[in-house]
Amino acid sequence: MFEYGSMTLAAATLPEMQDEEIALAAAPADSATIIDDLQQRIRSMQATKLDSRLLPTHPALAELLPGGGLKQGAMYSVEPTGTGYGATLLLALLAGPSAAGSWCGIVGVPEFGIEAAASFGIDLDRLILVPAPGDQWLAVTAAIADVLTVVVIKPPRQASEGNLARLAARLRQRGSTLIVVGSHSAWSQSEAMLSLSQSSWSGIGDGAGHLTARQVTVTVSTRTGGRPRSARLWLPDPELQFVRVEAPPTHLRAVG
Amino acid sequence: MSPITRSMVLWVPDWPILASLRIEPLRGEPLASGATDVPLALIEKGLVFACSAAARIEGVQRGLRIREAQARCTDLVVRPYEQQLDSRTFETVITAIEELMPGVQLVRPGIAAVRSRGPARYYGGEQPAGLALVALLEGLGIPGARVGIADGPFTAEQAARTATSAHRVRVVPEGASADFLGNLSISLLEDPALITLLRRLGISTLGDFAALPAADVLGRFGPDGAHLHALAGGLDSRPIVAHQPPDELDLVVAFEPPLDRVDQVTFGVRASADDFVQQLVAKKLVCTTLRVEIETELGDYSERSWLHPRSFTASDVVDRVRWQLQGSGEVDSGLRSSGFKSGVSAVRIVPEAVDAIGNHEVGLFGAGPDERIHNGLARVQSMLGHEGVLTPVVSGGRTLADRQKTVPWGDRPLLPRSNRLPWPGQLPLPLPATIFAAPHPVFVYGADGTETQIDERGRFSSAPARFSPATGKDSRQITAWAGPWPISERWWDAEAALDASRFQVVDDRGVAWLLVLTRRATGSSWAAEARYD
Repeated sequence: MFEYGSMTLAAATLPEMQDEEIALAAAPADSATIIDDLQQRIRSMQATKLDSRLLPTHPALAELLPGGGLKQGAMYSVEPTGTGYGATLLLALLAGPSAAGSWCGIVGVPEFGIEAAASFGIDLDRLILVPAPGDQWLAVTAAIADVLTVVVIKPPRQASEGNLARLAARLRQRGSTLIVVGSHSAWSQSEAMLSLSQSSWSGIGDGAGHLTARQVTVTVSTRTGGRPRSARLWLPDPELQFVRVEAPPTHLRAVG
Repeated sequence: MSPITRSMVLWVPDWPILASLRIEPLRGEPLASGATDVPLALIEKGLVFACSAAARIEGVQRGLRIREAQARCTDLVVRPYEQQLDSRTFETVITAIEELMPGVQLVRPGIAAVRSRGPARYYGGEQPAGLALVALLEGLGIPGARVGIADGPFTAEQAARTATSAHRVRVVPEGASADFLGNLSISLLEDPALITLLRRLGISTLGDFAALPAADVLGRFGPDGAHLHALAGGLDSRPIVAHQPPDELDLVVAFEPPLDRVDQVTFGVRASADDFVQQLVAKKLVCTTLRVEIETELGDYSERSWLHPRSFTASDVVDRVRWQLQGSGEVDSGLRSSGFKSGVSAVRIVPEAVDAIGNHEVGLFGAGPDERIHNGLARVQSMLGHEGVLTPVVSGGRTLADRQKTVPWGDRPLLPRSNRLPWPGQLPLPLPATIFAAPHPVFVYGADGTETQIDERGRFSSAPARFSPATGKDSRQITAWAGPWPISERWWDAEAALDASRFQVVDDRGVAWLLVLTRRATGSSWAAEARYD
């Protein structure tokens, strides 16, 4: 029902776009910003028009993501911040599809922690690593996305918009989900950007104990604007699960 | 009872010695001289298995211990005995005999049997046939071969063994086997327990044994004893079973003129690879392990075995050839960049392991999505090389690097250590999600600003308070830490030894790290091995 509504919205805005194109012809000096603006609007309409199916996503993250889970054929970015590079968050994103029987591919991440992945419920029998794709990373990613359901890529550098648009089209056609990590992960085609902040570890003291669990705030911002959603998650909790941090119960006291 | 086959047996004395010398001649001694003037002994399980005539003259015998043999003959050359080498070198003799007279049976390395009827008619008598065989071996450079012709292979073998160097062919006339064998020692029967018993019963020759009633021998010694009794009487009813040449399943593709581009070679192999797989399928086999041998014009040689998780198809075979040619070189380049100095003159593909096709049948509805994934990943492998696409496995071990291993897609994992064992000394859960491919060197400082050190008893010079990468920039305060967790492995092996202390630290931004202090003979150093992020 929601999608039907947005389609009528798209049809309604079409004449407006033509008006803007006329305006673009009239004032070439400001054309770059107008093109950007138009592309932004085209993308926002494309996203809602797609008949997108959801991958089985870990429930702790599903409620944060736009649309309620990882969409097939979409791109997601996990951005490094000062408080974390998001490797565990990446494992949490992969855990859902992998446990449901999907194949996952990791391209360009030689430092991927294999045993950690296994301990968080990723099936190693359905995991493929391409640690050194070299200069052909875009071609390799596209080839792997043809056959695997979820592909993780750490781009060694920024790719051109044209190449990324082609890759995005291929993903939509094949229904594969791409997760971009690393310092060049801010791709404009991304459905959502995930990042970490305010990480706090427990179980470890001053020369005693060991790391057992971590609470961290996961923030998801979407490219279509809107307020970023964030939540405090255990990543992982002491039983190696990913769960939302329960707010401490409010004790009500009878007064009067 | 089947009629007794008139047999011709070829015996090469001291075959293990000759085989050893043919493969690896003694230094300073030409092969053609017969090698009988050098005392040589082959050793199996610490005992002399075979010795040359020169050694025998010095008193070396089969069954002596090495020490004793060396005491009797001080300049004895000792080599280990290799049975495969024996059989392999005798194979050339068998092939040569087969060209001369068909239907050769390999009794054991050094001894071969042929039905004598055909050759005797062809050469005009048994004696000339035997001489033809001796002449053939002389032509192969094997001196001193003997031939015996008699009823049944057992009698013929004994006849060959009794032939002298002057009369190298001994013919026992038809029906005269029992007389010939009568005077020979009972020890020629290869059953030590029976021989001992017969000697204690006062029977010392084959003739005495043959004189016993056959029914009594069967009753007392069973079918095995009865068989030996028949042998002793010259009634060897064993037929001669012709040697079956093994099926030729290898694929050899020769290139004339030699090719120097990877794509040309793989294109040349492609058509033959189909035949190779079809040939296996016709024998109801599939190949699970393959060996690819590549020869180049200048005599370079590259050989590698390839495993397959299921079985090789024609395109898989072509891929393996391409990957071996590419090596670590750039994709689609000439051969020169990947370590070959000249063009490829021949490619040989040998099925190392085959399996019945019934175990590898594709299900009624196909093998599911796996086939599609395999094809897609094989395509990426053709872009990046065989080692470019990996599948992860968890291996046994204590350190992070030991525990995670990768296997190229399409190979079967071979783990040297089991991950089912407990491996005490592993890191506690949760495990770090980022394990650096190469540990980053860091400096760790105590609260007083000096570098933190740990003595061999695990005591600190000062508690860690701050660490920074080796570049010195981006220094981070340590808010919490745990350790040291010592690990000391394989101290007996200087290459693989590890003596380290591990720490978990949390920095002021909430990122946790695994820092390792490794002690070496040259000093100790800190490194960040992994990150909990």
